[in-house]
Amino acid sequence: MTKKILSSDITPESLYLNRRNIIKASGLIAGSAAVSPVAHAGIFGLFADEVVVPEQAVYQPKPLTIAKKVANNLTEVLTPESKVTSHNNFYEFGTNKTDPIENSKAFNPEPWSITIDGEVEKPRTFSMDDILKNHPIEERIYRLRCVEAWSMVIPWLGFSLADLIKKVNPTSKAKYVAFQTLYDPKQMPGQASRLGGGIPFPYVEGLTIAEAMHPLSLLSVGLYGKTLPAQNGAPIRLVVPWKYGFKSIKSIVKITLTEKEPPTTWQALAPNEYGFFANVNPQVDHPRWSQATERRIADGFRAERIDTLMFNGYGDEVASLYKGMDLRKFY
Amino acid sequence: MVKAWAAKHITAIKVMLHGGALLPLCWLAWQTFSQQLGGDPVQYLTHFTGKGALNLLFVTLLISPAAKWIKWRFLLQTRRLLGLWVLAYALIHVAIFWLLDLAGRIDLFVEEVIKRPYITLGLVALLLLMALGVTSANRIRRKMGRNWQKLHNWVYLVALLVPIHYYWSVKSAVLEPSIYILIAAFLLLLRRHKLMSHLPSKVKAKVA
Ligand code: HEM
Repeated sequence: MTKKILSSDITPESLYLNRRNIIKASGLIAGSAAVSPVAHAGIFGLFADEVVVPEQAVYQPKPLTIAKKVANNLTEVLTPESKVTSHNNFYEFGTNKTDPIENSKAFNPEPWSITIDGEVEKPRTFSMDDILKNHPIEERIYRLRCVEAWSMVIPWLGFSLADLIKKVNPTSKAKYVAFQTLYDPKQMPGQASRLGGGIPFPYVEGLTIAEAMHPLSLLSVGLYGKTLPAQNGAPIRLVVPWKYGFKSIKSIVKITLTEKEPPTTWQALAPNEYGFFANVNPQVDHPRWSQATERRIADGFRAERIDTLMFNGYGDEVASLYKGMDLRKFY
Repeated sequence: MVKAWAAKHITAIKVMLHGGALLPLCWLAWQTFSQQLGGDPVQYLTHFTGKGALNLLFVTLLISPAAKWIKWRFLLQTRRLLGLWVLAYALIHVAIFWLLDLAGRIDLFVEEVIKRPYITLGLVALLLLMALGVTSANRIRRKMGRNWQKLHNWVYLVALLVPIHYYWSVKSAVLEPSIYILIAAFLLLLRRHKLMSHLPSKVKAKVA
């Protein structure tokens, strides 16, 4: 299990492209026999008819120039690219893990811009081109721990969220940072679905200002050397490695600094299950999943069960943010 | 005419039902081993087999009302084989959860059963299905006499427990499991007279 990360651990792209074609064939399942247990799309045809998903994805990730590889002491095996891009929770494109890669093919993240407003002196809208020009891209290898008790290790490309926030000069009233995903049912069939994923759209998330300014908080624009694929949150997403994955909001169009704690999607839906902080914590169970262990999705078929670490293993860096706080109460 | 053919060819019908229950499993195995199920197939496999077990259970429970309705009594003979397929799907469902999701760890399995009510319900349902399965042979049935029917009436509880297990297991999007609960309620409603006659007389007086 413990092995240094080598570039040979990275799955070749041909495998990744190949898998996309095969996945297409599995769409057949929705039409199988009456007695058959239909699991793929659910028996009630999840998506509204008006959204047409093309055969080929309209957007293909492009190579990104990496200015700096951030050294870290991670010894775990990287999750292969093919798995990172085919196992996604992104309800905007459907609720099954294999839905996003299929249903995001109509999604075009170009052109894109991101607005930062609220408690700031210089509210601004940045184009994606501006953002890529003004921020040297770093590669950072982080663990990603989903609240559903599976995890991955992913080589993200991006830059510190703090660098962008500093550009707009937060006021002294800025205590929180709120994020919002694109709302565009024409491109995001999950939003157009009559059933949806049972969550309200647009998806929103939030951090305290201290969390947002923490150097580990990453705005990611790519993974595995390329820009983000649609299903991973193209063109720009948050990655907060010490919190459960749902905090790491995808396809961000708006960032608002606020004085009061902003609403967040899963907390609003089930406050007894999902908190605002959502720090990875093996001692506080979710009513649906034990959080003491996790399934690490690596290169084999069978994922190994490993112990979950406090703050997902980033305790040395972030524990001080929560000093004196009852983490059972503020989960 | 169709009825006469069907009555004569009940064996053919049974073979077809076996095929219909087996095929989705072959399909699932093929998809899994040709790596078509995305980065981590465990959840897909769990859902597919769980839903398969429940769908088959509903089909099984639909047989006797349907057979009465269209007066094809011989169809009742298909219930045992369907019921055994429900058990097979349920066993595969739980085996996948235990061996792949929990990596075969017994301590984690016990913990899940204790901590998570939806898993507790699932285990109760599974144990009941196993009890029905092992007593399904004709020889045992004869030995058990009237107790056999008493035992097998527990299938109605299973039909209620499993949709609740499903409803409880989802994070959001409760519409589909809600529909399953309604279907279960409908299947039980079709049998209200039978179910009422099994209620203790005190309760019956209150309900009536
Ligand atoms: C010890 C017994 C059982 C265990 C541990 C178990 C475990 C599970 C798990 C882990 C899930 C998925 C939850 C998730 O999505 O996170 C699930 C869903 C489900 N299970 Fe079970 N289960 C058990 C018994 C049964 C039985 C006996 C049946 C049917 C006869 C059944 C039918 C289902 C169904 C229909 C679903 C929902 C599938 C979906 O969401 O598409 N389960 N079960």
